[in-house]
Amino acid sequence: MNQYPTWKYVLIIAVILTGVLYALPNLYGDDPAVQISPLRGAPIDEASVTRVSELLKGEGISTKSIEQVERGILVRFNNTEDQMQAKDLIEEKMGENYIPALNLSPATPGWLTALNAAPMYLGLDLRGGVHFLMEVDMVAAARQAGERYVSDLRSILRGEKVRYLSIARTSSGNSIEIKFRNVADLELGSSLIRKEYPRLLLEEEDRGGDAFLVVSISDEEIRETKKMALQQNIITLRNRVNELGVAEPVVQQQGDNRIVVQLPGIQDTARAKEILGATATLEFRMAVENADVQAAIAGRPPVGTRLYKERDGSPILLKKRIIVTGDQIIDAASGIEQQNGSPTVFISLDSKGARKMADTTRENVGKPMAVVFIENKTSSKRIDGELVRTRKKIEEVINVAVIRDQFSKRFQITGLDSSEEARDLALLLRAGALAAPIEIVEERTVGPSLGQDNIDQGMTSVIVGFIVVMIFMAVWYRVFGLVANIALTVNLVMIVAVLSMLQATLTLPGIAGIVLTVGIAVDANVLIFERIREEIRSGNSPQASINAGYDKALSTIADANITTLIAALVLYTFGSGPIKGFAITLSIGIVTSMFTAIMGTRAVINLVYGGRKVKKLSI
Amino acid sequence: MKIFNKEPSFDFMGRRKLALIVSILLVIISIASLATRGLNFGIDFTGGTLIEVGYENSADLSEVRATLESAGYGNAITQHFGSSKDVLIRVPPHEGMTNADLSTGVLNALHRSSGSDEIEMRRVEFVGPQVGEELTEKGGLAMIYALFGILIYITLRFEKRFAVGSVVALIHDVVITLGIFSILRLEFDLTTLAAILAVIGYSLNDTIVVFDRIRENFRKMRKGSPVEVSNRSINQMLSRTLVTSFTTLFVLVALFVLGGEIIHSFATALIIGIIVGTYSSVYVASATALALGVSKQDLMSVKKEGEDDPDVLGDQP
Repeated sequence: MNQYPTWKYVLIIAVILTGVLYALPNLYGDDPAVQISPLRGAPIDEASVTRVSELLKGEGISTKSIEQVERGILVRFNNTEDQMQAKDLIEEKMGENYIPALNLSPATPGWLTALNAAPMYLGLDLRGGVHFLMEVDMVAAARQAGERYVSDLRSILRGEKVRYLSIARTSSGNSIEIKFRNVADLELGSSLIRKEYPRLLLEEEDRGGDAFLVVSISDEEIRETKKMALQQNIITLRNRVNELGVAEPVVQQQGDNRIVVQLPGIQDTARAKEILGATATLEFRMAVENADVQAAIAGRPPVGTRLYKERDGSPILLKKRIIVTGDQIIDAASGIEQQNGSPTVFISLDSKGARKMADTTRENVGKPMAVVFIENKTSSKRIDGELVRTRKKIEEVINVAVIRDQFSKRFQITGLDSSEEARDLALLLRAGALAAPIEIVEERTVGPSLGQDNIDQGMTSVIVGFIVVMIFMAVWYRVFGLVANIALTVNLVMIVAVLSMLQATLTLPGIAGIVLTVGIAVDANVLIFERIREEIRSGNSPQASINAGYDKALSTIADANITTLIAALVLYTFGSGPIKGFAITLSIGIVTSMFTAIMGTRAVINLVYGGRKVKKLSI
Repeated sequence: MKIFNKEPSFDFMGRRKLALIVSILLVIISIASLATRGLNFGIDFTGGTLIEVGYENSADLSEVRATLESAGYGNAITQHFGSSKDVLIRVPPHEGMTNADLSTGVLNALHRSSGSDEIEMRRVEFVGPQVGEELTEKGGLAMIYALFGILIYITLRFEKRFAVGSVVALIHDVVITLGIFSILRLEFDLTTLAAILAVIGYSLNDTIVVFDRIRENFRKMRKGSPVEVSNRSINQMLSRTLVTSFTTLFVLVALFVLGGEIIHSFATALIIGIIVGTYSSVYVASATALALGVSKQDLMSVKKEGEDDPDVLGDQP
């Protein structure tokens, strides 16, 4: 009685060995490392690896390894001093197309990496870093799409010399009204628009003799626009994050209109927020020469113009028509102008932008063009229980330059104050101006020292809780308690192994989940052991008691654990960030504890007592 | 070691009227406190900005307050966090300022007044009002769905009276735990909510173990009223209930003492919840099932096929 077939032992040992193997990488710790990421399609190949290696050798910085990884080059060092030195050196010598970032890289040996074994991924609350949740303003995204159509329709009507009286977005939002002088013009315009933009819905209306054409954007297109706005924002944020020099950043969509940005290990959070949070865009507009600025200040700007302010506060009149917007910029780089050595920004446009720019500059050589820098800052607050969102739009003419020549795809902006400013402007432009304003709706920043404290405190409480429970079990249930302790230890290894395999994120609440699992995991054994004691009390033989104890406790354990699992799964489904971490470790712990506490302990008990005559059990 | 050398025979169900009064009293006090004082919600639910800074030496709170006041953050609330070197600052939303500006502004002001390297940013948390609203809503939903999931599972596995009994016990535990949080003005944040949901899981665990034994004894014991059967079952499971509660409390106390300030409310909620949950699995769950008139007959309908029990009707009370 109480003997397991060999295959069960083989199975248990195989599972435990696999667990140990995949938990192993967590023991090796981290190497200080520098991760070098390429920008703007700079190459990462053997040549660049050699270049880094020679650069470091030249300065006498010893490295542990240099390897080409998925998104750049990873250089490992023996100590943090070398790491710091190397980072500065790479920043200085590799050119601005390579961004170095400090990193801690797992020192998992090659044979484990070959098995796809990797250490647990630590959450930001443990390693320190910034977590942002950003929300894209979809109303603005739809409005911008409408404004672009207004501009486009205006230019094709003009291009074909179809005369109209007015064109404007309706107050409701998703449609544009064009007023024509007569029905003939309307028909002409209508067919022109239908040919150029077949996706727009056109409706002709006669309002008291006036010929109106109502152009509506389909719901499907608005949905697409919103999707695009989100995608574009993600790409933009990704680029900006890359420029910040962060190893292992996360930029991910969450829901329909939100983006999660996680920057592990970043120190200068203020700068990160500045770069990520500022939603800046550029607009190129023609300036009006010899304009009546005074009339405009008095609130009567001439038709088709708008009043702006320059950096020094002086007023300037610009034409309403936008030539090119920020989202048509594909690249921007700062540099020094050859002729006079002043800081400058070189800009490249996409083909649509280039065409528009060429058309405009051809007709306007010698006239001034202005660059308007628009920054969106948003804040939400509660007034009388209602959520009120205020958006501050800061529009500033940063540059007015005379068009020297017709240009299209490539050109430069000069007249910036400092090379610092040129760099920042280029950075914002290069990242591609955001399609729709975004706002940080949640932030969680953990400083590096707190992260370390969290790890230390979390580990200490796991270890102490663990030891106390083990002592208790050994005292209470003697041999059976020791067996339960083995199971508990294996359970801990299994939890770590599963977390490592899934590459799930371990957070502080996650550690709390592990602690709680330790408490709950012994419950299965307590149930079994108490049952065995009961069986002995009612006069059964030791062997029969063991058997009955395990058998009868099984359904109780299953019921109890399944209900806890239901609660954990609900937590996982509804929880965000910290709660998810807790739910993951709790669920894993419940499942692994079922294996170790039932099958694992039974196997050991069978080895100890099984198949022989036993007078008394040590329980 | 054993608590009881032979099966204990406390008359738990005989005192269920007393327990009922105690429970009702506790629940009423809890609800009254929740209704009048409410919970001390953390920024996860209210929205707002929270900044934790670490000083090299003990920080003087009145100085910190003065600095903040002169920088225009007079409405900030400051307190020590964990030790006298750590200061927690809560800043309500400011007009025309984004969260990014707000936390940077506060940190700059503190840096300026205390020299450059003396203070260190430990943590910044900002939760926008709409996110706070969502988290509250999701949290409430999670609680309701968890309760429903459990209700369904127990109805399938046991019997609807037991399901109602366990859910009544759960609500009892959650309300009292929340009530204690409200009375003691302990902060209630997202991790506390996770703890409350873990309490649901744990308390249920306890309840089910007892129910399981009640079901077994209903089938096994030829004689005995439902009250006697319940009593016997609770007594049989008593040492298990206590041992498990103790081991879980050990690790939670370890977490409370050593886990750091951030995890405090989490550990507190669980400790309270487990104590209340242990009590409720003995008294509330079984007593409710009894009050609803659970009887041997009800459980026979769930019995496995082929099982045979000749005197099903013989033991009707």
